[in-house]
Amino acid sequence: MPEPVPERDPSPGPAGPEPPHLLDLRLVFVTGKGGVGKTTVAAALSQLAAAHGKRVLVCEVDAKGDLASLFEAAPTSFVGREVAPGIVAMSMDTEASLREYLKLHLRIPVVGRIGPLARAFDFVATAAPGVREILTVGKLCYEVRERHYDLVVVDASATGHIIGQLTAPQAINDLVKVGLIRTQTDWMLDILSDPGTTGLVAVTTPEEMPVSETLELAGRVAEETTVRLSAVVVNRVLPELFGRREEEVFESLRDPAVSALLSELAGGEVGPVLEGARLAVTMRRTRAGHLDHLRAGLDPSVPVLLLPYLFTRTHGLRTTRQVAASLGEELGF
Amino acid sequence: MPGAEWAGNAATPGKGSLDGLLAAKEIVIACGPGGVGKTTTAAAAAAMAACHQGGRVLVLTVDPARRLADALGLSGIGNRERRIDDSVFRDAGVSPRGELWAAMLDTKESWDQLVRRHAPDAATRDHILANPLYRNISGRFVQSHDYIAMERLFEIHSEGAYDLIVVDTPPSRNALDFLDAPQRLADFFSSRLLRWLIAPYRSRLVNMASKPFYQVADRILGTQFLADIAEFFILFQSMYDGFVERAGAVARLLSDRRTTFLVVSTLEATPMREAEFFARELVARDLHLGAIVLNKVLPAYFRDPSAARVAQALRDRATDIAGALRDRAAAPAGDPSADPAQTARVLREIADSYLNFSVVARREEEERTEMSAQPEVLAAVPFFDEDIFDMAGLLRLGARI
Repeated sequence: MPEPVPERDPSPGPAGPEPPHLLDLRLVFVTGKGGVGKTTVAAALSQLAAAHGKRVLVCEVDAKGDLASLFEAAPTSFVGREVAPGIVAMSMDTEASLREYLKLHLRIPVVGRIGPLARAFDFVATAAPGVREILTVGKLCYEVRERHYDLVVVDASATGHIIGQLTAPQAINDLVKVGLIRTQTDWMLDILSDPGTTGLVAVTTPEEMPVSETLELAGRVAEETTVRLSAVVVNRVLPELFGRREEEVFESLRDPAVSALLSELAGGEVGPVLEGARLAVTMRRTRAGHLDHLRAGLDPSVPVLLLPYLFTRTHGLRTTRQVAASLGEELGF
Repeated sequence: MPGAEWAGNAATPGKGSLDGLLAAKEIVIACGPGGVGKTTTAAAAAAMAACHQGGRVLVLTVDPARRLADALGLSGIGNRERRIDDSVFRDAGVSPRGELWAAMLDTKESWDQLVRRHAPDAATRDHILANPLYRNISGRFVQSHDYIAMERLFEIHSEGAYDLIVVDTPPSRNALDFLDAPQRLADFFSSRLLRWLIAPYRSRLVNMASKPFYQVADRILGTQFLADIAEFFILFQSMYDGFVERAGAVARLLSDRRTTFLVVSTLEATPMREAEFFARELVARDLHLGAIVLNKVLPAYFRDPSAARVAQALRDRATDIAGALRDRAAAPAGDPSADPAQTARVLREIADSYLNFSVVARREEEERTEMSAQPEVLAAVPFFDEDIFDMAGLLRLGARI
C-alpha cells in the first residue's frame, strides 16, 4: 500500500531528509478532504505563528466565510485586513488577482480600459485550464517573493483540487511556450520547489475515507508536484479512556449484577453511561486502526501531528486558540 | 451489533418517510457538503430500495471508499453499469426483491464519449480529442466533474433501464455547481464574446495585431496558446447545438416531479451551514427537496438528563462508590473490587466521557430542532461506531434512514 516516495534531495544540503520546521517555512498550503477541519488548522497555524512573532498572511482560497468567523472578524476580501495581532486575512479572488497582475507586470493601470479582457476573463477562466489556478498560486507566490509577510498560510482547496493548483505553473509552462506568462511561471516554480520555502500540510481525521485520501494525496504530491509534504495533521483524535487493566475493570462493570449495584450506588440507571463509554472505546479503537494505516503508508520523514477531539460548544476564535495550543504542543513548543 | 439498538430515531412522524420518497421517485440526487457520508448514504438508500421495493435500482457513485467498493465488487468497473451480485446480499443475510446496479463516474471516459456523440464528423472528433486544452479540461480539472455527472445521469435515465437511479454528487467547491454546470456550458458556447474572441482565427482577413485586445492577450499568453484556445473553441462550437439541447434536457430532468434531492449533512456547525444554504437554494430554484438526512448523529441516551446526573454522581463520588462496590460486589469474573483506586479511576473516566459526549449531543439536538422546520422528511442516522464497508453495513444504515 505505501507508495514508494522518490528521492527528493539526495544532497545532504540544508534541506536534509528531515523537513524544516513548519513555522520556518514561508508558504504553507493547508489542504484536506472536505469536513476534516482544514480551515480551522490553517487559522490555528496562523495564530501559532503570530504568537511566535511572525507577520502572517492567511488566505482562504475557496471562500466560504469560515476563516473570518474563526477570528471573529468581518468577511474577508481580496484586500487583506488585520484580523488579529500579526495576522492579515484575505480571500482569493482570481479576477482581482488578474487585475493586480496586469497592473504590476504589464503596467496596465485600469482594467476598465481593456474592458473586453475583463469580461472575457470569466469565459476564458471557465474553459482554459489552469487560468484560475495560476492566478491563485501566482498571487500567493508574489506575496512570498515581496516579503511583505514572514509566513503565508493558505487555506487551500480540498484534496481533489490542490494538485491542479500546485501543478498549474508547470502545466502552463507546458502549454504556453512563449510570452510573459511563461517567464512568470519560472520564478513561481522556484518558490514552490524549494523545500525550505514552501510546504504542504494535509489535514485528515482518523477515519477511513480521509485517511485513504490523504495517502493518495501524499503519493500524488511526491509524483506530480515539486512541493514537499511537510506534515500530516490528524484532527479529532479521541482520548484513550483506559489502559488494558482498566479496560478489564470496565468490562466487569458491565456485568448485569455489578451494573445493577452500581446503579443503586450512583442513585440512577448507569446503563447509558456505560453504553456511552463502550461507544467511546469502540470508536477510539476503530480510529486507532486508521491512524496506524496512515502512519504505515506515509514516508517516515513526514511528521504526523495529532489534535484532540474538542468536546466544546464553541466554533470561533476560542476554537482557533485551543487548536493552536494543541498544534504548538505537537510541534514541540 | 449492540449499537443498532440506539434510539437515533428515524423520520419525523407525520412528515412522510424516506421509504415513501424512494418508492415515489425515479431519480434521487444525494447532495450536500463534503465528508458527511454522502456516498455511503446514497449506496444505502439504493440498497434498501432494491431490497424492499424491488425493481432495477442503480446507484451512480463518484468515489466510494475502496473497502466498500471492493466488498460490493465495484473496483475498477469504470463507466459501465454493473449488477451487484446476489451473493453480496446473501452474505448480508437478505434476499433482495429487486436488482441493485452500480456505476462509477469516469470523467475522462465520459467526456470522450460525449465528444464522440456530438462531433459532426470523424476529423473534428479526432482534432478535439487531440487538442491539448481538451485533454487538460477533461482529465485534470475537477470542475468538469460537475457537468459530466449530470450528463451521465441524463444519459442513463433516457435509456429507460432502471426504476430508480440514486446519484451521489461529486465533491465540488460549491455544492451547487453541478446544478448550473449544463447551463453554464451551454451559455459558454453560445456567447457572443466567445465568437468575438475566436473571430480572428476564423478569418485570415482580420489583422489580429491591429486590435489592442489581441495585443494584450498575445503578450500574456503567447501566440501558440491563443491558437490552441481558438482551435479548441472553434472545434467545440461545431458541437454547440448538441450541448445546448442537452443542457435544456438535463435542466428539465432535474426539475421533473419524478426527481428529488436529498441533502445529506452531519450536525456539525460548518456542514450544517452549507446544508441549510443548499436546502434554501433548492427551494428557491423550484427543485424538490425530498429530505434532509442527518448523518452520524450521537445516540439519544447522551441527552438523557437522569443519565447525566448519574454520570455526575459517578464522577463526584468515584472513590466512595468504588469502595462500596468492593464491599458489596459478589466479585464477578475479573474481580473489579481488587483495587478500588483503579475502579474509581475507571468510573471517573467513563463519567467524564459520557459528559463530554453529552455536550456535543445536546448541541446537535439544538441544531436539529432548528433544521426540522425545513423539509418534508428529516431523517437522523445514528453514529455507527464501526465503519460501513459491506452490504450488511449498508443495510444497517439504510434501515435507520
